[in-house]
Amino acid sequence: MIYLTSFLFCGFICLIGQIILDNTKLTAGHITSIFVVVGAFLDTFSIYDQIINYVGSGALVPITSFGHSLIHGALDKASDMGIMGLLMGMFDLTASGITAAIVFTFIFSLFFRPQN
Amino acid sequence: MEKKKYEEIVASHKPTETRSQNAFIAFVSGGIVGVIGQLLTEFYSKFFDISTKDAATFMLVTLIFVASLFTALGFFDKWVNFCKCGLIIPITGFAHSMTSAGIEYRKEGPIFGLGSNIFKLAGSVILYGVVSAWFFGLLRLLIMGG
Repeated sequence: MIYLTSFLFCGFICLIGQIILDNTKLTAGHITSIFVVVGAFLDTFSIYDQIINYVGSGALVPITSFGHSLIHGALDKASDMGIMGLLMGMFDLTASGITAAIVFTFIFSLFFRPQN
Repeated sequence: MEKKKYEEIVASHKPTETRSQNAFIAFVSGGIVGVIGQLLTEFYSKFFDISTKDAATFMLVTLIFVASLFTALGFFDKWVNFCKCGLIIPITGFAHSMTSAGIEYRKEGPIFGLGSNIFKLAGSVILYGVVSAWFFGLLRLLIMGG
């Protein structure tokens, strides 16, 4: 069941993105940026947490979960430290993803040549 | 005359058909990536005996690694051209944009090539993500008290 909800939710987000990409002049960069903002907005009211509880990890795969993780870490820290916590906890949950992407990119760019 | 009319009708229908085809491919491929994410999370939480939250982090790192590696090997670009948003919207698109920028600009040197351009495409995601998360977080802190 959780595989079905994962499939449907992740597929649905990609479907919305594809429809926007095909029918407007927005590029993939615009769409990913918009989706991150939407993810952060949804977590303002804890909606995205409920989606993750219901859908499973399928909701963590789309880029919307990046915005969710940013605001989630910030708010977690803010509950301890007040308004400064927003700045301190911003990257708490996304650090692994960003660090992994940077490190892998660096290693692979050293060893691989561009292909045409 | 009849043939001309027919061709006009075909031409007017062609783009919408590729659009619906694109949308279908994006839906299926995006869904498959979601299912892979769910499978990996369950596998890691059982195999390493860790919580679902930690397993989800492992899963994201795995997806980023695979997307970076396949981009470096050269065939992920073809997959992205075929699936489009099905691979751009998941976290694989983030890794793909970083690795393709890194490999492309590396020949311009380690500082002004690789270093300056690594976030060329992924930077907008981080910028608008952080600014919106800060703004919405501030709103929630001030209005709802955290």
